[in-house]
Amino acid sequence: MADYNFAYLDEQTKRMIRRAILKGLAIPGYQVPFASREMPMPYGWGTGGVQVSAAVLCPDDIFKVIDQGADDTTNAVSIRAFFERTAGVETTTATAEASVIQTRHRIPEEPLSEDQILVYQVPIPEPLRFLEPRESETRKMHSLEEYGLMHVKLYEDIARHGHIATSYAYPVKVEGRYVMDPSPIPKFDNPKLGDMAAIQLFGAGREQRIYALPPYTQVVSLDFEDHPFEASKADQICGLCGASDSYLDEVIIDDAGGRLFCCSDTDYCTGRRAAGHQGPAFPGSEVAA
Amino acid sequence: MTPLLSVQGVTKRYGTHIGCADVSFDLYPGEVMGIVGESGSGKSTLLNCMAGHLPPDAGQVVFDTRSEGPKDTLAMSEPERRMLGRTDWAFVHQHARDGLRMGVSAGGNVGERLMAVGARHYGDIREQATDWLERVEIDAARVDDRPTTFSGGMQQRLQIARNLVTGPRLVFMDEPTGGLDVSVQARLLDLLRGLVRDMGLSAIIVTHDLAVVRLLADRLMVMKSGHVVEAGLTDQVLDDPQHAYSQLLVSSVLQV
Ligand SMILES: Nc1ncnc2c1ncn2[C@@H]1O[C@H](COP(=O)(O)OP(=O)(O)OP(=O)(O)O)[C@@H](O)[C@H]1O
Ligand SMILES: [Mg+2]
Repeated sequence: MADYNFAYLDEQTKRMIRRAILKGLAIPGYQVPFASREMPMPYGWGTGGVQVSAAVLCPDDIFKVIDQGADDTTNAVSIRAFFERTAGVETTTATAEASVIQTRHRIPEEPLSEDQILVYQVPIPEPLRFLEPRESETRKMHSLEEYGLMHVKLYEDIARHGHIATSYAYPVKVEGRYVMDPSPIPKFDNPKLGDMAAIQLFGAGREQRIYALPPYTQVVSLDFEDHPFEASKADQICGLCGASDSYLDEVIIDDAGGRLFCCSDTDYCTGRRAAGHQGPAFPGSEVAA
Repeated sequence: MTPLLSVQGVTKRYGTHIGCADVSFDLYPGEVMGIVGESGSGKSTLLNCMAGHLPPDAGQVVFDTRSEGPKDTLAMSEPERRMLGRTDWAFVHQHARDGLRMGVSAGGNVGERLMAVGARHYGDIREQATDWLERVEIDAARVDDRPTTFSGGMQQRLQIARNLVTGPRLVFMDEPTGGLDVSVQARLLDLLRGLVRDMGLSAIIVTHDLAVVRLLADRLMVMKSGHVVEAGLTDQVLDDPQHAYSQLLVSSVLQV
């Protein structure tokens, strides 16, 4: 413990990151540049999210990490261990107990509250990058609110696939002003971004950008009048807990290629099962296939 | 009548070198102005200064805006000028790839300007894009193909469709037929002439091909070393050039 400052980063760096966070909260959806530090893990492992978490964590916080909904993947386990070691904070897998949640690719199913902070790991913060690689130009487009290009991307989607095939990192407009990449969450999660009670912070390490959504911010998913946004998910229920309202992953369960749909949010699924809910594939269930 | 565009004393230097010097002229609605001159005479410099792509060192470029009447575009705020660039103005580049998004389908290229000004109905955007492809003689079945699969002439026609879809009032063109085969050039010129007539477009066309101005331009400016040395009705200047340089230009072309 003595080898590290609290939460690994030195106080000056944390102050610099907090200033970027405050600026981001003041201008919802605006990408604030910050001087990203080398972290003891490679880019792509959530160094942006880790730096944001380090800057907001306090000794009394209870910390949770999810990776694509699960608390037990390598990425989630190692980030959790990192802050246990460098900050000595308590950790949890229970969404409701956590005060700071760092996430990759998901928003928890359970609604968050005003005393929680959700920190997203972001690989590519610039939603316009796909069609306009010049940073000088995308910055101008944001500042002048020239977002026609975002719809060109959706147009291309429909022209090629017959519908808006973008299913992750689906672009949103924040408070009628900035277009924002919500990080690669499934578009099923997009409606949860808006009007959320918790603070949402987005950190991109390699790209050195932080952006934020303060509580109860208006967030609208972009679409066309004749191709409206749909928060789609697999048309199934969870095989384990029977939930019909949660985002499902399709997993292969045996060598014969048997498949199972189950909640991607493992804490949500565990909680439902503990409360007695059962899905069709639950061991011993009568409706098990 | 109020000029659509009134250019006054436009000067651009590159260091001590003159790009264009003290150029003034008026363009009236429905008029096509040709700018000719040898390589390096300042044609592109002048065009880019007028279109807001290059800041001139001196001068005014007054455009008769829809809502507020004549306004110096150089004194406009950048958002206002960029808005003009995607609504009432259009710019056709010599190289189609400078004016197209090569990674986006033909339909998306044409639709971009519509979406930039707020079109949000996919079906309508696509219909207009298809319609415009046909107007520039590109098979509507190619609407989902990328411009990389198009010939040079098709790319140039696609660039024109992409520019004209929002019904601009003023089109800037820099060597729109440059780099194309002669037969392809002829077809493009024919098309441009038809569009200019049908839409009542006003245009400023830079070229060093006198056949292009003969066919398209009502009036002509001859540039040399950054200066306008002669200006007048196209037929007059071509048939009876007054300035020694214009005479040389016309005669050298006739010899070809
Ligand atoms: N970016 C630049 N920096 C310095 N000098 C320039 C620049 N662009 C153009 N010039 C010079 O300004 C003069 C006018 O150039 P311009 O490109 O306007 O000529 P042009 O008439 O369009 O020629 P061309 O027919 O070859 O396209 C030339 O002497 C050119 O070398
Ligand atoms: Mg030129």
